[in-house]
Amino acid sequence: MTSSQRLGPALAAIAVALPMIAVIIAVVQGASGADPELWSHLREHVLGRVALNTVILVLGVVAIAMALGTSLAWLTAACDFPGRSFFSWALLLPMAMPAYVLAFVAVAALDYAGAVPMALRGWFGDGLWLPPIRSTAGVIGVLALAGYPYVYLMARGAFLTHGARALEAAQSLGLGPWQGLFRVAVPLARPWLAGGAALVAMETLADFGAVSIFNYDTFTTAIYQAWFALFSIETALGLALLLLLFVAAALAIERAARGRARYSAADSGARTALRVGLSGARGWAATGYASLVFALGFALPALALARWAWKVAPIDLDARYVDYALRTVGLAGMAAFACLTLALVLGYATRQSAGRITQAAARVATLGYAVPGAVLAVGVVTVLGATDQGFRALAGGEGLWLQGTVFALLLGYVARFLAVAHGPVQGGFARIRPSLEEAARGLGLGARELLARLHLPLLGAGIGTAVLLVFVDVMKEMPITLMTRPFGWDTLAVRVFEMTAEGDWERAALPSLAIVIAGLLPVALLTRRMERAARAA
Amino acid sequence: MLEAAIPAHLRDPAGHWFGLAVRARTIAYSTARVQPSELSTYAALGEARWKGRLCMRSGKHAYNQSLVAMMIGDLGEQATERVVRSWIANLAAEPFSSDTLMLKAIAAGQCDVGITNSYYLGRLQHETPGFPVQIFWADQGGRGTHVNISGGGVTKYAKNRAEAIRFLEWLASPAIQQRFAAVNFEFPANAGVEPLPTVAAWGKFEPNLVNVGTIGRTQPAAVKLMDRAGWR
Repeated sequence: MTSSQRLGPALAAIAVALPMIAVIIAVVQGASGADPELWSHLREHVLGRVALNTVILVLGVVAIAMALGTSLAWLTAACDFPGRSFFSWALLLPMAMPAYVLAFVAVAALDYAGAVPMALRGWFGDGLWLPPIRSTAGVIGVLALAGYPYVYLMARGAFLTHGARALEAAQSLGLGPWQGLFRVAVPLARPWLAGGAALVAMETLADFGAVSIFNYDTFTTAIYQAWFALFSIETALGLALLLLLFVAAALAIERAARGRARYSAADSGARTALRVGLSGARGWAATGYASLVFALGFALPALALARWAWKVAPIDLDARYVDYALRTVGLAGMAAFACLTLALVLGYATRQSAGRITQAAARVATLGYAVPGAVLAVGVVTVLGATDQGFRALAGGEGLWLQGTVFALLLGYVARFLAVAHGPVQGGFARIRPSLEEAARGLGLGARELLARLHLPLLGAGIGTAVLLVFVDVMKEMPITLMTRPFGWDTLAVRVFEMTAEGDWERAALPSLAIVIAGLLPVALLTRRMERAARAA
Repeated sequence: MLEAAIPAHLRDPAGHWFGLAVRARTIAYSTARVQPSELSTYAALGEARWKGRLCMRSGKHAYNQSLVAMMIGDLGEQATERVVRSWIANLAAEPFSSDTLMLKAIAAGQCDVGITNSYYLGRLQHETPGFPVQIFWADQGGRGTHVNISGGGVTKYAKNRAEAIRFLEWLASPAIQQRFAAVNFEFPANAGVEPLPTVAAWGKFEPNLVNVGTIGRTQPAAVKLMDRAGWR
């Protein structure tokens, strides 16, 4: 490979990583100004606890989300039980439910004074002891229910498309279906499972809304506290830097554990393997398990939201909601398009060149997913403030060029959600066998033709998944929208924030329900993709 | 005209901002399990008889931070830290993320007393007549009950300065004051204006007259104190 062939991909990858690089520079620069006296206070009384809390939360949420996502994907992809075809798409629906919404519904319904414990005490007497929802277990449970669909989506895709032949081989060697799961299907699906786990881990690290509702202290609440209660943005950025290092270390460990193994589809022409029929009690146990997860993660919270929204709709629902919804959907669409474009550039660049610079740029570009939205927001504002100063120096005047525009908002979204688009696109690239490319190159195709005629057509499913995932994530996003939106650009999530901040959960239910409903369409599309992939496979 | 309408402790001494409505942060108690005669000061909620009967909102909320900041000004840091630690020792449940949730816990019997902003109780009493929680004005024998404000000011580079000031004056005028405070069950900052009947039913109280701005400057010290005392 000539040096110019290597330079192109490296430059492209660096360009994609620029928003994140700018944010990191802003964070490091700010952190260096942290107040030493505050810092020693935090070290003594705060850091140890929030670090431990954060580790417990991430490990707990990832473990439960992995267990739920993988087992449910296996049941709906490789087994047969009553209601299987319903659950195969219904189990994705919790993806439309933001974690902070699930959190406030859980606390409102299940805390001591909530409707459920009140009713139970009414039946069984006042002395009845119930496990407190506002506990470590409670917050882990809520975030796991909000996060498992990411694992489910990835695991099911992997099980459906590349598992069939390998499983048949396993069966012919005398492995039962469950041995097949643990000894063949799961190891083969590892890159996708790891991708799902990384998404869940990063969502959890960056969560602010849900942990605040549970009053569970993590890095994000400590950052917010340093910024808005101790009034030290530098100290907040110092904490953010620690969090970034933490994330980088976790990603490095994951990468090292994965080693140098290569994964690609065993046979693109694999046929559907016969599903294992779960008969009688085992089948109904599977139905019960899937129903329970569906009920807790979607059906019951959606019902509760609908009831509250119904109560306040007559006084609260008016023309503003059309604007909230249009802005929400418009921003999500623009962000999805931007993230997809950059993910394709990045995926193609890293495939063309395994050079260190390219790989490092890719890692930096996708780091933003684990950074609290509030930190990204202040990074973006700092960076654009500097560029605006440059523009003013060139063009004169007092104006703001980029700060407070939709561009600023999109920059924040891209920094945060590029990783979400990168995952499926990268997964798609990984499954295109290198031998195919070699053959195409041997036939004289150049880089551009290779992309247009080989990669894009084969990436179809990955592209669709990337767009839909970013779309849903941006709709649910709260802190970046809140802090960098142009004047008058209130979205549904901003409205939810305003109402939950006042503890007015009935009025928060209306915009929450609107987010869930608007999210159902993309989630339904994701489901259809999955089903088509299954039929094709 | 704004100086005449708004009492001195509710506005910036230099005239940069003016409080327009007042919310008190005071003691709320269960009418089923507590007699008002058992209550007196914020500090007394740390006494042994409230062990396992006290509920609090999260220490990460500005309302509690400004209450502690006020106490630091009145009692000094050491005494305040002792009080806060005694509260934490009395808690019946993990701190709540909102006053509303905490008031409902008092009503449901999880605990008997707590500290709340008055308007949250106003909303609940308005929604549910007979809500079994009532207001007690804390520290009436001492420095008075802690108050917060919602208010307004004019920014340095405001383009329509004169109109902005006229708008604030309009907000401070008696007829508008009544409606402004009524929206959120608050007390009008303009002392000559009557609050809503729900709010007036709590009776009159003496507010702590420390300037609201002084409290803001002590807030970081209060946050650190609360971290040390373990108020989550």
